[in-house]
Amino acid sequence: MDKVINQKAWFLVLPVFLVVAFSAILPLMTVVNYSMQDTFGNNQFFWNGVGWFKELLDPTSDLGSRFLASLWRNLFFSAVILAIEVPLGIVVALSMPRQGWTVAVCLVTLALPLLIPWNVVGTIWQIFGRPDIGLLGYVLNHMGFDYNYVSNDFDAWATVIVMDVWHWTSLVALLCYAGLKSIPEAYYQAAQIDGASRWAVFTAIQLPKMKRVLLIAVLLRFMDSFMIYTEPFVVTGGGPGNSTTFISIELVKIALGQFDLGKAAALSLVYNLIIIIVCWLFYTVMTNAGVERQPAKGAK
Amino acid sequence: MARIDLVDLAHSYGGNDAPEESFALKPVTMTWRRGGAYALLGPSGCGKTTLLNLISGIVTPSRGKILFDDIDVTTQTTQKRNIAQVFQFPVIYDTMTVGQNLAFPLKNRRMARAEIDKRVAEIANLLDLTPYLSRKAQRLTADAKQKISLGRGLVRSDVAAVLFDEPLTVIDPELKWQLRSKLKALHRDLDLTMIYVTHDQTEALTFADTVVVMHDGRVVQSGTPAELFDKPAHTFVGYFIGSPGMNIVPAQVKGREARIDGHTIALNRNYDRLPAGAKIEVGVRPEFVEIASPAAGLLTANIERIDDLGRVRFARVRVGDVKFAAKVPNGFSVPGHQAGLVFDPSRVHVYADSVLVEGTA
Repeated sequence: MDKVINQKAWFLVLPVFLVVAFSAILPLMTVVNYSMQDTFGNNQFFWNGVGWFKELLDPTSDLGSRFLASLWRNLFFSAVILAIEVPLGIVVALSMPRQGWTVAVCLVTLALPLLIPWNVVGTIWQIFGRPDIGLLGYVLNHMGFDYNYVSNDFDAWATVIVMDVWHWTSLVALLCYAGLKSIPEAYYQAAQIDGASRWAVFTAIQLPKMKRVLLIAVLLRFMDSFMIYTEPFVVTGGGPGNSTTFISIELVKIALGQFDLGKAAALSLVYNLIIIIVCWLFYTVMTNAGVERQPAKGAK
Repeated sequence: MARIDLVDLAHSYGGNDAPEESFALKPVTMTWRRGGAYALLGPSGCGKTTLLNLISGIVTPSRGKILFDDIDVTTQTTQKRNIAQVFQFPVIYDTMTVGQNLAFPLKNRRMARAEIDKRVAEIANLLDLTPYLSRKAQRLTADAKQKISLGRGLVRSDVAAVLFDEPLTVIDPELKWQLRSKLKALHRDLDLTMIYVTHDQTEALTFADTVVVMHDGRVVQSGTPAELFDKPAHTFVGYFIGSPGMNIVPAQVKGREARIDGHTIALNRNYDRLPAGAKIEVGVRPEFVEIASPAAGLLTANIERIDDLGRVRFARVRVGDVKFAAKVPNGFSVPGHQAGLVFDPSRVHVYADSVLVEGTA
């Protein structure tokens, strides 16, 4: 049979191509263009080659040291909130009811923080933590703690972390809850028969069955926390000093504050690259975890 | 190993106040012998699994008591009761190897390491799992997984009873046969009380020495396979066991005679004292009705079709509005559309409101 070659498909793809070009490729290429040049306003540009990238990766330069410091802050922040939110989310999911009207109450309550816009969350905590009019700050100071997130590095970090835990633990909990709900009742019955302790039920049944949703939860929380901007910007504005200045905040400062478009473009490209690499790492880990399961499924 | 007594045991998922007709398990009193091989047989939804879960303690009964060797365990947890149960679908612990899976029930009970290894090796050997002991259980086939579940049920030597809840549902027919024979052999070797739930009569009759038939939340009969076949205590047992099932026909019974469709057939016993107002039926297995050439004195039937089952042929016939299955004697060529039915009087039973009536001699 003759194969009919038909090029019409290209026309069908064209709209998508145009949308993606205008929404992603052209802006990205503009950033690449900026990252190679310097500007002093008036739309005058000077060629700088890979100069900004060299400076960015050189810790002794101003740009490089700022980038490195904020990168460490980001990684530290992500590590801390993952270390808190994942175990806490699991505990919350485990203690949620499995049936009855209380399920709906729990689900709605958990979903509430997720529905609040980022900047509103920031504003809530900014006021909540103020020593003069905020409930949290006022109570802490009257209990004898010298709590002030505007002047104390540790307090600022604690506030930002507690805020993120408050905002996002629900997501981990809801994902884990979905994982737990999918475990057939027979597993728990078998564990009872086998005389398993509560801890053994958790390690032998619940944790392995939650593995996949947990991976997704960790991925989502890492990505979101690594890109964090609005909440700390509203609460601390990156301070005191630079102590809570994350990469995204640094980026906005350089691009819009100093109007160093070249530096900012180079920084955002590297930032983007880090996120893509981490995404790829997670994706690889997750698909490998899936491959292990494949033969068992095929055998059925 | 223990003797298990059920005393007025009943269960309702709708709570104790629900009308008794809606109970998943209607009150039952019975005894399970130590070391017996029992099958709990009945169609889906008849309460078999409920009864099993009551014995294992997964479900707490609404009413009545459960005794293990005269000790009341009704309110005891599953762990305390020391019972093993194997479920319909394989339950394996994904992260563990086959060996660790088998050792799990023993480890939870803090048995000595050497003892565990010995027991696991023994059970793995009985179930042909030895080559897989160090493999991850997660990657095995459904058959192997169910063998692991069976193994976990059998690995404890001191259990009061091992309960099986349709454990071979997910297994290929050929392996099913093997595994069932294996279970039967294990029952002899390990001398355990076993209760096997199934809706498959072949499975029940080949596995058990006592078959307990359930219907609509009630235990309708408990006996050896031969007893169930020869003398069904309930019309349900009659047509549920046997293939084709028992012929159950409305009839008027008086003394030693039953009238079906205006024709009289002889009975072996005297049924003078039948309960008044009850629905009277006559039951006879197809094996004990033969077709013959139409003749005076025989019940005349219209032949609809002949089922050839290989070693035996059954004629599907109709008497008036009533369908009948009857054996076709070897070498008998079926005469046209009509035939006479020859009953074996000693095999004809009388049922009042579906329950067997014992006649007097």
